[in-house]
Amino acid sequence: MIVLGIYIAIFCAAFIVVRFGISKITERRDFTSLKTVTFGDESAVRPNRWASFLSVLTLFFLWGAFTGSAWVPFHAPGPFVGDTEFTYTMEAPDGARDDATVYARVLPTGEKGDPQDVPAGDGFAKNDSIALAAWRSDLVLMDKNDEITRKDGGKVVAIDGQPVSPGSRVEVAHGTVAVTSKGSLNFVPDGGMQMEPIWLPAPESVVARVKEISVRGYQNFTLWEHLYWSLFRVIVGFLCGAIVGIPLGYAMGLSGWFRGWFDPIVEFMRPVPPLALIPLVIIWAGIGESGKIILLFLAALWIMAISARAGVSGVAISKVHAAYSLGASRWQVLRYVIVPNSLPEIFTGARVAMGVCWGTVVAAELVAAEKGAGMMIMVASRFQLTDIVLMGIILIGVIGFSIDILMRKAEDWLVPWKGRT
Amino acid sequence: MTRARTDVGPRFLNADTLKGAWCRMSKLSINNLSMRFDLPNGSFVQALKDVSLDIESGELMSVLGPSGCGKTTFLNILAGFLSPTEGSVTLNDNAVIGPSAERGMVFQQGALFEWMSVRDNVSFGPRMAGRKKKDYMDNVNHLLDVVGLQDFKDKSVYELSGGMQQRVALARCLANDPDVILMDEPLGALDALTREKMQGLVLKLWKETGKTIILITHSVEEALLLGQRLLVMAPRPGRIHKEYRLPFAAAGVGKDLRTVKRDPEFAEKREEILSMIWDMEEEIMGRTEEAKA
Repeated sequence: MIVLGIYIAIFCAAFIVVRFGISKITERRDFTSLKTVTFGDESAVRPNRWASFLSVLTLFFLWGAFTGSAWVPFHAPGPFVGDTEFTYTMEAPDGARDDATVYARVLPTGEKGDPQDVPAGDGFAKNDSIALAAWRSDLVLMDKNDEITRKDGGKVVAIDGQPVSPGSRVEVAHGTVAVTSKGSLNFVPDGGMQMEPIWLPAPESVVARVKEISVRGYQNFTLWEHLYWSLFRVIVGFLCGAIVGIPLGYAMGLSGWFRGWFDPIVEFMRPVPPLALIPLVIIWAGIGESGKIILLFLAALWIMAISARAGVSGVAISKVHAAYSLGASRWQVLRYVIVPNSLPEIFTGARVAMGVCWGTVVAAELVAAEKGAGMMIMVASRFQLTDIVLMGIILIGVIGFSIDILMRKAEDWLVPWKGRT
Repeated sequence: MTRARTDVGPRFLNADTLKGAWCRMSKLSINNLSMRFDLPNGSFVQALKDVSLDIESGELMSVLGPSGCGKTTFLNILAGFLSPTEGSVTLNDNAVIGPSAERGMVFQQGALFEWMSVRDNVSFGPRMAGRKKKDYMDNVNHLLDVVGLQDFKDKSVYELSGGMQQRVALARCLANDPDVILMDEPLGALDALTREKMQGLVLKLWKETGKTIILITHSVEEALLLGQRLLVMAPRPGRIHKEYRLPFAAAGVGKDLRTVKRDPEFAEKREEILSMIWDMEEEIMGRTEEAKA
């Protein structure tokens, strides 16, 4: 909640600063800037590059600030680390009371240390000392050194002077003490507002993990091998799907027999999510490469067939008529008119198919695989290696995005006439 | 077999093209053509009924009529895209059974191939026929000169204006050297000024290539200017209502078309045809209202 509030505040503040500060200095003068109606005119809405930059920066800073990263100069309040103490009051069965102090030493995550040496003090309740890591809690074993224990009928009646009973909680310096139902004390130091590394590691530890895994590897394969195998499966599966799907789509667009024959199959298979096929593919082909490639082939096949079919039906009939009356044969009409005219549709389909394949391969690897990006993050999550999981997710996102950018570039290069007819 | 090139401008078709065009006679015969579209609800539309016509070699014929009179159906049958329910079309005594390179077609717009350059569009026909590049390239370059697109030959067609695109379409059709050129409202999508220039170009190409041209149009003025023969068609059923033989096309070749339009005879014919079409439209409206009532 607090993070969301901060995020919204940064959003608003950045908008005001950019709108009334930076934009005034670097204002662009072009045709669009002269348009007076921009609300409702989609073509006049251009992404503000400052906003994109600040958006990424904000996410990074929030991540760093709430994980105590060394790369970010300011942090959310961290967990308490250091020495603290509180006193408890023990009441003997005869009504006598005695105070004892508990010295707690809270250590940073991952460090080991010994509790403080403390004098036992006087009275039947003796002072205690505990050591624990940040975000953890510890039971105070009063009975070990106290002369009157709970077995003897003694009980804690107050902490830091505040009366308590089993089940109650008391705020003490740098933490909370809970009295358990059996009457022992559980000390929880203040957690602060930062995330525990086991939930969200700091950026530098993710980067360190990238370096480590790219050299030493994880689960017998280096990071790049994991990514390479995922990408390899996607590309092979997609290419197989395209090689079969595009001619199938053309056949369906050009022949009534083919359309009638394959329509039920294609229309039925199209809405089946490829993920639903994973169990069947595992049964048929196992968890090896062939299973993955069959799955991706099936994911790409229907999309490519449908886009090729749509490409054929999108050909203006006047173009086909023109080609025939210029003396072209059927084959020439296909080669010089239908195929080039359907390329924009096929590219759109290919972009969708690549996206679906990339998502499917990661999911398939999550289920079962020996190598691959999805397998890497799945195994890491079982061992609570959150930094590997996070790194895997970021790299999967980066690769998916890069694939889409590459497809768009290829599209601009190969079908420059798209949308200009 | 060379003709005197007295009426030929400085940038005009070479002797080879002319030889091909004028040597070859092409007679288009249309016999009792009927076309009937059956509708799913059991009724039918009689798009054409008993249309008979002979078109001689080198004629420039325009076809005019209110919408729904079957003129596009008529042209599609001539091109071979549709086969008539009754009757036949023959070109030089060969029955028309499908599209072929003998009958070139110029469409309103959007029939160019965007994925090819202007030059590749124009040379499409010869390339498809498998002719050697050196055999057709001179002619293609020449046609690009004629339509004034030599400087744009390497551009993509989507970079050109509407008028330029139609000039590419005309050149593409001519490069294939068809016997008959069918034009389906080729200038319909152009603005008035470009349209007038293109009308001049069509007349020039007709005169200089001697091709048979059949042109469909919505514009009465265009039909008068580009019709040595003018066919007015009437709807329901589609049929030939009246036929004119007009001097304006021949008079307009190479001249300012506005002088032709100022001719009192031109104005008189225009009024006559306009009122004829108005009457047909009103008759249709009346019939629909009757049907409603």
